[in-house]
Amino acid sequence: MAKDNQILEEITSREYEHGWTANLEADSAPKGLNEDIVRFISRKKQEPDWLLEWRLKAYRAWLTMKEPRWPNVTYPAIDYQDIIYYSAPKQKAAPGSLEEVDPELLKTFEKLGISLTEQKRLTGIAVDAVLDSVSVATTFKEKLGELGIIFCSFSEAVKEHPELVKKYLGSVVPMQDNYFAALNSAVFSDGSFCYIPKGVRCPMELSTYFRINAAKTGQFERTLIVADEDSYVSYLEGCTAPMRDEHQLHAAVVEIYAMKSAHVKYSTVQNWYPGSKEGVGGIYNFVTKRGLCAGDHSKISWTQVETGSAITWKYPSCVLKGDYSSGEFYSVAVTNNHQQADTGTKMIHIGKNTRSRIVSKGISAGLSQNSYRGQVHVLKRAINARNFSQCDSLLMGDRCGAHTFPYIDVENSTARVEHEATTSKIGEDQIFYCRQRGIDEEAAVALIVNGYAKEVLNQLPMEFAVEAQKLLALTLEGSVG
Amino acid sequence: MLHIHNLRAGIEGKEILKGINLDVKPGEVHAIMGPNGSGKSTLASVLSGREEYQVTEGEVTFMGKNLLEMEPEDRAREGIFLAFQYPVEIPGVSTVNFMKTAINQIRTYRGEEPLDAVAFLKLMKEKMKLVEIDQSLLNRALNEGFSGGEKKRNEIFQMAMLEPRLSILDETDSGLDIDALRIVANGVNKLRNPSNATIVVTHYQRLLNYIVPDYVHVLFNGRIVKSGDKELALELEKKGYDWIKNEPATA
Repeated sequence: MAKDNQILEEITSREYEHGWTANLEADSAPKGLNEDIVRFISRKKQEPDWLLEWRLKAYRAWLTMKEPRWPNVTYPAIDYQDIIYYSAPKQKAAPGSLEEVDPELLKTFEKLGISLTEQKRLTGIAVDAVLDSVSVATTFKEKLGELGIIFCSFSEAVKEHPELVKKYLGSVVPMQDNYFAALNSAVFSDGSFCYIPKGVRCPMELSTYFRINAAKTGQFERTLIVADEDSYVSYLEGCTAPMRDEHQLHAAVVEIYAMKSAHVKYSTVQNWYPGSKEGVGGIYNFVTKRGLCAGDHSKISWTQVETGSAITWKYPSCVLKGDYSSGEFYSVAVTNNHQQADTGTKMIHIGKNTRSRIVSKGISAGLSQNSYRGQVHVLKRAINARNFSQCDSLLMGDRCGAHTFPYIDVENSTARVEHEATTSKIGEDQIFYCRQRGIDEEAAVALIVNGYAKEVLNQLPMEFAVEAQKLLALTLEGSVG
Repeated sequence: MLHIHNLRAGIEGKEILKGINLDVKPGEVHAIMGPNGSGKSTLASVLSGREEYQVTEGEVTFMGKNLLEMEPEDRAREGIFLAFQYPVEIPGVSTVNFMKTAINQIRTYRGEEPLDAVAFLKLMKEKMKLVEIDQSLLNRALNEGFSGGEKKRNEIFQMAMLEPRLSILDETDSGLDIDALRIVANGVNKLRNPSNATIVVTHYQRLLNYIVPDYVHVLFNGRIVKSGDKELALELEKKGYDWIKNEPATA
């Protein structure tokens, strides 16, 4: 036991890999939040009046709302006046092409293993890179454009495709949906926009990479994906932040709108800075993600691997409005040291013959607390709705916690809802079996954890799956007790 | 190869092994027999390095190195293999993946390059044939939902893959029907060569009809009380263990 704890110490003292900061000059708003700041952001982004009005409405709604206290997490009160709501790396003018992007910026992303230089990219993933508050580059734009696919920064979408943005912004996550969504709606600075036209199957993975760089800055990005009839897209999201000893707030909104027979797959590997092993600093990750299966036979799948953030508060959900529509949620959430996660999903069955599937794998180590919170709601007219939920928890050591909060509301008697849950510990026997075959303790834990999470990892696109496996191993190696 | 001198060990303060002496040379097969509770499995556990057992006295060297100072994974990397009495289930991890991890960690320890996918596959195919095991079993999660016979065959397959210097078979015959027993024993026999050695821990003589030992040792009350050749095993089969209990320790 003592030895296990020692290994745990050694491993958890490992430095966060993405903890560096880039030396970029930033153009920032003054600290704090009021209507002037909202106007400042809107002006900076040269937005049309309707969007400014929308922001202000959200801001006023936010003022009347209360921060949610129901999640199973604890943290000191956030001072919303002590946050910078807008920070942009200084560039001479908006870059017209990649050649005009500040080389220092490109270097920042190169360092993260994300090349924004299209010629060098072999993997065939189009990337929209967001640093602090603004999108700095989007790759493969022309190639996608030939198919009629729009993939660009949110700000650009507001300028180039206002009719689409106006129509779908807030259509899935209304501005007053919840406290953090309202805050985001008021101050969101950038993000990604994606539109897949009717009948088009997007030939490459689309990816957004988020990076917080500036200190004392909140990141409030917004992603909007609209999939027209019979279209398909697979979307990836990655994120990192520097190590700082104060908490930084990340309150994002992701909206997915799927029309008839559209299929959207959204995968996240979340690796925000989790704080030091003593629990100092780290990102507060308060995110609203929701997809609307608006059309019949549409499908939305969420896959998430959550390893970072001091606190995670996140419930990627599906509103199954179209008949025969289906929603999926696959999640691995890992917490170590002092991390806290309250994450899960909501599956709202509205249409007939709707299906949903939830596979959640929680892994807790150190002094962390890991909660699954999920809701399955079958409404009155949802005849023949089906849900299957599986929630597993894996505990490492004896000082962490795993919690499961399933909510099931069924208003139609033809519904079939199944819920399975297990809690287990990594067995000494399993570790010894591996060691007897010449596998050291760290590799054994990585092997066992990856096996445990396999069903979820299998859902990720190839390159992401490899990254996720490494990340899991890195977060947990040796955390046996 | 293996030299055990006056080994005393126990668990939770209770002494189980009370002075074991044993020498195993390359090419030899030793059978350790004895009634339940005599310390057979404890000996296997101590040699493989299970941490819940404490060694209180004596020494064990393996290939000239002090075995008792080594971590379990280093013992494995030095060439000790334990075929488990109760192989452990690891959900989501296939035998293929498990073996690949093991082999490459062992190779790294020995200063060798890791095997690439092609070389690994070739080695696997070769060993599969040797121990008559089906690929489909190896693609399944390790030991999960395996029958008793499948688990033991999988152990022998792993043994074939890792090519140990010293294999310890801990009650490998338990829970096997006669056909499974024969297949497992065949595998072990095919893997025998002049440079490796095997310790067969068993309660019954039955297994020794298939894996013929050079030496048979009877363990009773934490000591080896009698040693002989394979005839001793037959005698035990006929007379049971009771008559042995009255023999003085040979050590």
